[in-house]
Amino acid sequence: MRVSFASSVKVRTARPRGISYTSRQRIAVYLLILPGMALFLIWTLYPMIYAFVMSFFDWNPNPAATSPFAGLSNYAEAFSDPIFFQAFRNVVAYTVVTVLGQMALGLAVALLLNRKMMGRGAFRALYYLPVVTSWVVVTIIFIYIFSTNGLVDYIFGNILHLIPPDQNWLGNTNLALPTLMILGIWKGVGWNMVVFLAGLQSIPPDLYEAARVDGANSWQVFRSITLPLLRPVLGFVSVVLMIGSFSTFIPVYILTSVGDGPLHSTETLLTYAYSNALSSFDFGYGAALTYIFAAFIFALALLQIRLTRYQIHY
Amino acid sequence: MRATANHDLAAHNQYRFGRLTRSLLLYLVAIAGAFIMVVPLLYMLSTAFMPNQYVLQTPPVLIPTHPTFDNFVAAWSANNFGGAFLNSVIVATTATVITVLLSSMLAFAFGRYRFPGRTLLFYLMLATMTVPGTVLVIPQFVMASRLQLTNSLWGLIIVYSAGMALSVYLLKGFFEEMPQDLFDAAAIDGCGVFQSFFRIALPLARPALAAVAIFAFSANWDEFTWAITSINDDSLYTLPVAIEQFYSNHATNWGVVFAATTIAVIPMILVFLLLQRYFVSGIAGAMKG
Repeated sequence: MRVSFASSVKVRTARPRGISYTSRQRIAVYLLILPGMALFLIWTLYPMIYAFVMSFFDWNPNPAATSPFAGLSNYAEAFSDPIFFQAFRNVVAYTVVTVLGQMALGLAVALLLNRKMMGRGAFRALYYLPVVTSWVVVTIIFIYIFSTNGLVDYIFGNILHLIPPDQNWLGNTNLALPTLMILGIWKGVGWNMVVFLAGLQSIPPDLYEAARVDGANSWQVFRSITLPLLRPVLGFVSVVLMIGSFSTFIPVYILTSVGDGPLHSTETLLTYAYSNALSSFDFGYGAALTYIFAAFIFALALLQIRLTRYQIHY
Repeated sequence: MRATANHDLAAHNQYRFGRLTRSLLLYLVAIAGAFIMVVPLLYMLSTAFMPNQYVLQTPPVLIPTHPTFDNFVAAWSANNFGGAFLNSVIVATTATVITVLLSSMLAFAFGRYRFPGRTLLFYLMLATMTVPGTVLVIPQFVMASRLQLTNSLWGLIIVYSAGMALSVYLLKGFFEEMPQDLFDAAAIDGCGVFQSFFRIALPLARPALAAVAIFAFSANWDEFTWAITSINDDSLYTLPVAIEQFYSNHATNWGVVFAATTIAVIPMILVFLLLQRYFVSGIAGAMKG
């Protein structure tokens, strides 16, 4: 039986209030959610609580040994740890640059492609390819093309002469993080483009026409119509990207695992937490770091949602 | 009258020409951008076909001069990327099936039934979406080692399947919008909760389930952090781990490294190219919330 959901007749969805279920139905519903909830509670929610508890102990991974209670000392340790501050600075810088970069470029490309042009589907696919390629693969590709005398070095140094050749992009403590930022932006532009294209296409074209009739030029149209109407989309995207960029882990891990690690210049909060827990076996400190990280993301996300909440209707 | 008509025509043509060049210019910019997006991937592909002595030559070439399949052979058999590929297939597929099944059960219940705890549990799930998976790796590792689940494919599958929050969120709205009459009619025929789910809701939800499945599969296929944390046995490596390990042990053998990455990347790219609309519909669904 084919049912058309596109029909705008409002059908009665989920049961109205006040209906009484038979106890058999009740049990059935609970059984329905049981497996999923169990998996979620045990492997997603419980680890969060577990980590929280861990952060207050000098956690000994050996189950037979007792872990001494440490109170807030793990958290205090973070605030007197220069590497923590370095990691924090790095990840904030990385997030700001990559989020703004991706959004600006993604929006620009979306505006570019938001017109009747041939091959738009092909363009969308090409721009989206970096997005569907795994982080492990793109990191190794970027290490390759940014190696000294590699593709980028050659093009920008020897051909375009924009910069001195033979740069050690990923070994130099000043260049490593910016190179990762380029990677982050490159990988994300396509996703931004797709989301913004969808948002742009929901803006009624009559608004543009009306503005043009009133004599607005492209920039005014952009500022007064496009941007305000895109605000909820921009808000959503910025929160999602912020959380993603702040949690960056794989590129840094791969870069430093080969011993290229330029002295914590690419260290991020999560990689530092991870290495404390799983390399130095200081689980308590690692857990505390992840909670500082989570608190920060949570606050930032709340702030961003607040700032971008108001929707405008014309 | 005639003079102004000609003048208008000339002005109009000039206007159109201006617009044409502008359109063309923008088109070229779009092409340039697409080029930048794609070149690194093309370079990877071409390096995969280069014998090792031609890698990283200056000046770099995009089309290999002496192409060879040796790297692929070396990658697949000698370095057991074939085995890693199989592991990835097993883990990603199983975890995806579990995720789709369990999350659709949850979404159906959340979307169509009222029961105590419904709002609490749903928003609890949503709230955990702000926490990226990497954060959980540390406690999950401790838990898994206590349960002897480290160094096992099941350990991977279980943790991967637990990441259901996004799927539940996407599917709930879909189930909510199904007309009640369908279920009422079935109820008259004696259809219970589970039957409504399996015989009515699930079949109708196929496009949404496909989108969820694709997202879940690509996330599971590419997952690295949990895999490298919990697996030590190199016969159990999944593809991302195998690639990273190979790279860190043979950093300069770029030809074989990129043959391996090509093997890893081709399935996902093919899936993407063939099923693009599901990727896009998934994003659109996420944004509606």
